[in-house]
Amino acid sequence: MSESKDQGPASDPEGSVKTVETTATEAEASELELSGKPKPDEPKKDDHGHSHEHGAHADGHGHGLAHTMPLPLLFGVLGALLALTIATVAVTSIDLGAQGNLIVAMIIATVKAALVCVFFMHLLWDKKFNAVLFLTSVLLLILFLSLTTNDRGEYQHLVDEYRAQQLQQK
Amino acid sequence: MASPTTTADAAIPQQKGADDNYLTHDKGFASWAFTLDHKRIGVMYLASVLAAFALGGFFALAVRTELWSPGKTIMEHDTYNQMFTLHGAIMVFLVIIPGIPAALGNIILPLHLGAKDVAFPKLNLASYYLWIIGCVCMLSSLAINAVDTGWTFYAPYSTTTQTAVVPAAFGAFILGFSSIFTGLNFIVTIHKLRPPGMTFFRMPLFVWALYSTALIQVLATPVIGITLLMMMVERVFGLGIFDPSLGGDPVLFQHFFWFYSHPAVYIMIVPAFGVVSEIIPVFSRKRLFGYQFIAISSLAIAFLGFLVWGHHMFTSGQSVLAGTIFSAITFLIAIPTAIKIFNWVSTMYKGRIHLDTPMLYALAFLWVFTIGGLTGVFLAVMGVDVHLHDTYFVVAHFHYVMMGGAITAFLGGLHYWFPKAFGKMYNEKTGRIGAIIVFIGLNLTFFPQFILGSRGMPRRYYNYLPEFQGLHQLSTIGAFTLGMGFLLTAVSLGRALKNGKKAPNNPWGGVTLEWTTVSPPPYYNFHTPPPVTAGPYDGYEDLVYDEKIGGYVGKKA
Amino acid sequence: MSEPSTATHAAKEASAPPPGAHDHGHDGHGHEAHDPIHAANPHLAHHFDTPQQQFDAGKLGIWLFLLTEVLFFAGLFCAYTVYRSMHPEVFVYAHYFLDTKLGALNTCVLLISSLTAAWAVRNAQLAEKKMLMINIVITIACAFTFMSVKYVEYAHKYHDGLLPGKNFQPKEQIWELKSFRDKHPEAAEYAERLAKLDEKKAEAPAAAGATPEGTEGKVAEQLERPTEEELEPLLAAGLVGPRSLDPSAHISRPRMAHVFFGIYFFMTGLHGFHVLIGIGIWVWMLLKASKGHFGPNYFGPIDFTALYWHLVDLIWIYLFPLLYLIH
Repeated sequence: MSESKDQGPASDPEGSVKTVETTATEAEASELELSGKPKPDEPKKDDHGHSHEHGAHADGHGHGLAHTMPLPLLFGVLGALLALTIATVAVTSIDLGAQGNLIVAMIIATVKAALVCVFFMHLLWDKKFNAVLFLTSVLLLILFLSLTTNDRGEYQHLVDEYRAQQLQQK
Repeated sequence: MASPTTTADAAIPQQKGADDNYLTHDKGFASWAFTLDHKRIGVMYLASVLAAFALGGFFALAVRTELWSPGKTIMEHDTYNQMFTLHGAIMVFLVIIPGIPAALGNIILPLHLGAKDVAFPKLNLASYYLWIIGCVCMLSSLAINAVDTGWTFYAPYSTTTQTAVVPAAFGAFILGFSSIFTGLNFIVTIHKLRPPGMTFFRMPLFVWALYSTALIQVLATPVIGITLLMMMVERVFGLGIFDPSLGGDPVLFQHFFWFYSHPAVYIMIVPAFGVVSEIIPVFSRKRLFGYQFIAISSLAIAFLGFLVWGHHMFTSGQSVLAGTIFSAITFLIAIPTAIKIFNWVSTMYKGRIHLDTPMLYALAFLWVFTIGGLTGVFLAVMGVDVHLHDTYFVVAHFHYVMMGGAITAFLGGLHYWFPKAFGKMYNEKTGRIGAIIVFIGLNLTFFPQFILGSRGMPRRYYNYLPEFQGLHQLSTIGAFTLGMGFLLTAVSLGRALKNGKKAPNNPWGGVTLEWTTVSPPPYYNFHTPPPVTAGPYDGYEDLVYDEKIGGYVGKKA
Repeated sequence: MSEPSTATHAAKEASAPPPGAHDHGHDGHGHEAHDPIHAANPHLAHHFDTPQQQFDAGKLGIWLFLLTEVLFFAGLFCAYTVYRSMHPEVFVYAHYFLDTKLGALNTCVLLISSLTAAWAVRNAQLAEKKMLMINIVITIACAFTFMSVKYVEYAHKYHDGLLPGKNFQPKEQIWELKSFRDKHPEAAEYAERLAKLDEKKAEAPAAAGATPEGTEGKVAEQLERPTEEELEPLLAAGLVGPRSLDPSAHISRPRMAHVFFGIYFFMTGLHGFHVLIGIGIWVWMLLKASKGHFGPNYFGPIDFTALYWHLVDLIWIYLFPLLYLIH
């Protein structure tokens, strides 16, 4: 019994459900081809099977369920990360004021984090939705931190006044 | 066209005799304890949540009995603190937050998507066991020296009181993980397991509601996790983050707590919106009005819910600037909510209304939730809240939305999907009477509390001025009425489980996918998912009621 | 409207039990035999249609989980931010007690383990079983190194009395620490003199029975006005103060010093807990890898474990400068 699931590209925005041909001949096909249309893992808003130029085929590994990271890239990223670590320690010996050092440290940390996310964690070649999700959580974190710290700053003077009062009474 | 016009044909064998379904598929304790079937997990959740509801209700009745008269009625003041804390903690963490998503959603979501199961069945079972463990932890607090901080665990009392705070907080912590994993599972299921042809805008609104809820669950719950963890560590090690005597900041605790707990109330109500969106079109025999608006408004409420936590803290010491921002954004939430109410009412307009039990609950929801929601807007006004904060007005508001909103919708959904899940019809007469008694009871219990609050009666108070006694007594009578309504409903459903009439595939004439399979569904839900080529609320006109089987079938072509 | 015959047929399929349906326990349909995809892919779960769908679902799932981890740590980062902005002197004070070198070492160790984790994913995709196992072992080894360094640090702190919360009782004064003396020698000396003065002030009124003001006035004369180099580091570290009073009056550790160490232990401890869990999962992956489970159609578990591991690394990337590199 052959069953083809009708599926138009426009009706499948996430490209999640794949068309499957389950005819007898397929059973003899190689394992790779049985996984449906093999293609690099990438965001699809248009038709499937159309490889975009995200460097997915750069290392010749277009088969399988997802893009394979090339080794030189992996080592390159590690080198950059280690260099940035050394940089961030070195910067502490330069005095940029209390705020300045913190800002520089956070910038370097964010660059390192971005390298890890985009390359090691594969976001460059993944579906965009994963990156969107991750950024959402970071944004929420920033929202939470900033509103709370701001609020604390706003009522800190009340705490200070109270403390000053207490010290005077002593 | 979704298959009801075709599957409900006479060609399909209706349930007869001992057909295999998910309930009879496997026998024995182990087949339930280690099941990976979402329907069985949902049924286990249902039983557990209802049991917890009974326990929480018991504590509620204890509180209301104590408040029959000022001063001591049946218990001491310390015990009273424990009673309302347990009532709140059990109801919030064990009943309402898991409630509709875990108990009804687990059974119905894959059916709505024509899928065989959720994306991660083992994770689903793990979620259930985490619920059990969290429940045991909370109850152990009861056994040791029940926590008395109020369900909000405010520091510094929670970090210094001698009652068993750590087991209760740890229980809530574990329950948080249960909630997170359920949400995670649902998001992936909805993204990856939809059938061919079901775009996002062809999904039933119950699925949209579960999706929005799941997003909140995943994003907000970790924050309560870390907050409870920090509070427990502070209790044990004296860290000094929240307790002022150790250099901490109690307002910080409130920021942390409400950053989760406000979105949490949307976890409680958004699934209820989904249930109502399912019931009203079916029992009005009419296409849902404004489908896309209702879908988007669920997401909008989820998003806005993250921006308003400070409206619980207007009188806490929070700065006026923050209060103003939170107040203004809170008003905005009324907009998507109102859109839903208008669309539901518009759906009913010129429909053919059937006042079966699920519809009675949905109508009750419309009335009660409108009151609850509007009073929320009153509380959002900073100037008004300064007077009403920590009074019975707030208690009435949240009970109207939680009890009158979430629980009413839960019961409506339970009756709506009862025939599908268990293959039996319940007695419509007792169902309706139960719904009416619940409606009367909840209004009788909580409306007087609005008056009490606006006249100044503080919440969580054991003692009160004699002038409030009349209203308190009215409220207590209402509480017992409500209890009787629930009891009647429970008995009605229990009897239906045992001796109910066999349910047809489609007793109500729904057009979403779950009504295309037999009642109860087979283990694997659908052999092949029916192709979806139309919206989820199209096709009521193509179904006719067949007296012989007591359900709806497609019109003969 | 769809054709009645096909639709009926499809619908029949939807609700009627297919042959041999209810024989197995948990796989249910019994029609895997008819389904070549499931037959060819033993690791494909029954409720997924293709390995790609299973992989995509798993990936989305793990990213959602990482989201929750970010928000879980968010609470601690928030507490850190609030306290650092309100009490910067506490953080300056406390950082002299921390060993930057060990922290930097741990950072590098974790970065290397991230490399081997990402490499392991590639190995799994290409079914390079031997390299996969080697990379997993190196990752685990790095994780153990990290935990050992952490243990050394914690042991030092315990030894120095730098425990969280109410147990905070530092054995050494900050100006006795090598890190402080190296960076601010003049300030360290000035601090020592102030401390001796404090001792004398404490003894003097009891001994001589004179009024406190008179004694203080006499004692204050003995100390010159401090220079910039002497005073500034002590002010920054909250050792002298509070802000409005005479800086030469009194020296002691800042009132809220224990809060830093509470936050420090909580953040690094929770992070370390996540490292331990990661080790457990990697060991499990090692076992699965040794059985040759992974290949181009099934490498999800390695990929997802690596993603978790990268998140653990990410959190440390932020923890390191925030805790160890305070200026």
